[in-house]
Amino acid sequence: MPLPSAGAPGTLGEPLMAARGVNVFYGAKQALRGVSLDIRRGEVLALIGPSGCGKSTFLRCLNRMNDVVEGARVEGEIRLEGQDIYGPEMDVVLLRARVGMVAQKPNPFPKSVYDNVAYGPRIHGLTSSRAELDALVERSLRDAALWDEVKDRLREPGTSLSGGQQQRLCIARAIAVSPDVLLMDEPCSAIDPIATERIEMLIEQLRQRYAIVIVTHNMQQAARISQRTAYFHLGEMLEIGPTHEVFTAARSEKARDYISGRFG
Amino acid sequence: MALVLLLSAILLLAAFGHWSGARFARRARAAGLRLPALPAYYGWYVALWTGLPSLLLLVLWAATQDWAVRQVLIAHLPEGLAALPADRLSLELTTIRNIAYGLMPRQGVSPEVLAAAAEYLRLRELARLAGWGLALSAAVGGLAFAAAQLSPRLRARHAVERLVLLVLLLCSVVAILTTVGIVLSLISESLRFFARVPAGEFFLGLTWSPQTAIRAEQVGASGAFGAVPLFAGTLLIGAVAMLTCVPLGLMAAVWMSEYAPARVRDVAKPALEVLAGIPSVVYGFFAMLTVAPVVRELGTALGFEVAAQSALAAGVVMGVMIIPNVSSLSDDVIRAVPMSLREGSLSLGATRAETVTRVVLPAALPGIVAAVILAFSRALGETMIVVMAAGLAANITVNPLDAVTTVTVHIAMLLVGDQEFDSAKTLSAFALGLVLFFATLTLNLIALHLARRYRERYD
Repeated sequence: MPLPSAGAPGTLGEPLMAARGVNVFYGAKQALRGVSLDIRRGEVLALIGPSGCGKSTFLRCLNRMNDVVEGARVEGEIRLEGQDIYGPEMDVVLLRARVGMVAQKPNPFPKSVYDNVAYGPRIHGLTSSRAELDALVERSLRDAALWDEVKDRLREPGTSLSGGQQQRLCIARAIAVSPDVLLMDEPCSAIDPIATERIEMLIEQLRQRYAIVIVTHNMQQAARISQRTAYFHLGEMLEIGPTHEVFTAARSEKARDYISGRFG
Repeated sequence: MALVLLLSAILLLAAFGHWSGARFARRARAAGLRLPALPAYYGWYVALWTGLPSLLLLVLWAATQDWAVRQVLIAHLPEGLAALPADRLSLELTTIRNIAYGLMPRQGVSPEVLAAAAEYLRLRELARLAGWGLALSAAVGGLAFAAAQLSPRLRARHAVERLVLLVLLLCSVVAILTTVGIVLSLISESLRFFARVPAGEFFLGLTWSPQTAIRAEQVGASGAFGAVPLFAGTLLIGAVAMLTCVPLGLMAAVWMSEYAPARVRDVAKPALEVLAGIPSVVYGFFAMLTVAPVVRELGTALGFEVAAQSALAAGVVMGVMIIPNVSSLSDDVIRAVPMSLREGSLSLGATRAETVTRVVLPAALPGIVAAVILAFSRALGETMIVVMAAGLAANITVNPLDAVTTVTVHIAMLLVGDQEFDSAKTLSAFALGLVLFFATLTLNLIALHLARRYRERYD
């Protein structure tokens, strides 16, 4: 079977991460079949497709969160700036510091707003003084467009914020360790439309500095915020390309049907 | 034997009632009538009306029979006896009963008392027969009443459910009243104690020596009721137990919930819980025969002075005993911490150990604290191990190598053997029990409160 073209018109910079022929098994069940694609700096890559198509599974391969799942096995090759992330040389802790993740449901730690953001910098020893840490926390919260809302509540528990604020707190937490790649697994599915709009604006700004891969169920969202879109179906990636092409002229019938809302 | 016959008779009547009620309903249905309930309900309706009132009556009768017999007996006593003051009368009545049951030689007993004893036996037999007759007639009466109620319009299901509800209610009332009764008796006996010994001396006194003089001129038995040494000993042993079980239990819980593969955990957790199933007496001789000598030898080898029985030996063994209390509950609360929090931490590049210590344990902390408090309250109430391994010496010390004793041990010591129930020595057991009760009650309430707060957060 010919691999789908991984690098459709590449105008947005060199690939930061490259996946080639990725297979994932959960026990005997194969969840992903031969997925190959590139992730580039400065762009948002949207992964779309019906439930159970493997898009979240693929996302979790990129920072090896599938390691946590008992019975999960990953085949194929994923490279971060040329280094095989499943290779023996790779320290998974350092990988995850470079490939951050924002979960579907906001999952702030039961700690203060400040400690939530400072968590990553502390465990990686990124700052050497309290003042530096303060500055990093403020910068991360500003970058996550949350600073103005929480600057007087830094000592309150992160769980006391609203859903949308919690999700931006999780984004701030992820970017506080200055990752190269930001993975987002349906980051807006658990929050209301107004908070969603804020986060979409935020993603547009973050794109300047991070490569972003976002899984979404929302076609309009994918169309609004992504530069490239990949369509997954039953564990296979059927389609990848510039978002407007995938949305207007998808080659596979399944992708056209899904995007036009005939199923899904 | 006769009682068994009576009970069988009542049950037989009830069974007959069930059969006849159900038969009535089946016949009515066969005749094409629409009944508001299934036949079995008609059966239970009759059976419950037959059995319940008579059984209740039997229990009530058994509870009041002695009192009633006594009243009748007093009313029939000859002049000479009836005119005695209340406490002498009570003594005479006891004599009468003892003679009636053959517990006392008849020699030298006045003929009035002998006659009264015979009268007592007769009355008792009468009362017993009357009670049985009453119960039996209640069963027959209930059966007749219920049978008379049977009609196609009887809503048997409603009636049965109401009766069942009544039974449930009765059972909870009995359970609650029992608790209330225990607490009240603790309080009233404690009040009697504090009437003899000032509360200040009890709570602040530093000497515990509860031997009171039986004769006024007796030497060396002034009776000192300063409970501080007992409280101190309890806390010392409790502290040693906590120092043993909290680290062990908590780390076992972390390993089981965060690191052990599911299959290992399925074996390890029940295996650890077996520790809780070992009777505390067994732990007691383990502490006395194995741990205490080891503690003594080790301590002596290191140049410490170790008492033959030490708080350390008892505390460590008690700690081992309550490991499952800590580990099992902690394991549950740690596993209840949402997976998403672990993933959030891991995806930031935290190691598993960092995730456990910085995210999972703080998140589970209220539940873990609750588990530890419950374990502590269990340690406070433990008796056997301390009796066997820690000794009886009421010392005030923080040195775990000394012999100490606890509140529970002294309650046991105070009530062992023949005791007069109006001496301060015996009553002090109730005061100690009351203190212990309030201590564990408070701890349990705190633990419950913490556990509830924890549940609210994650459910």
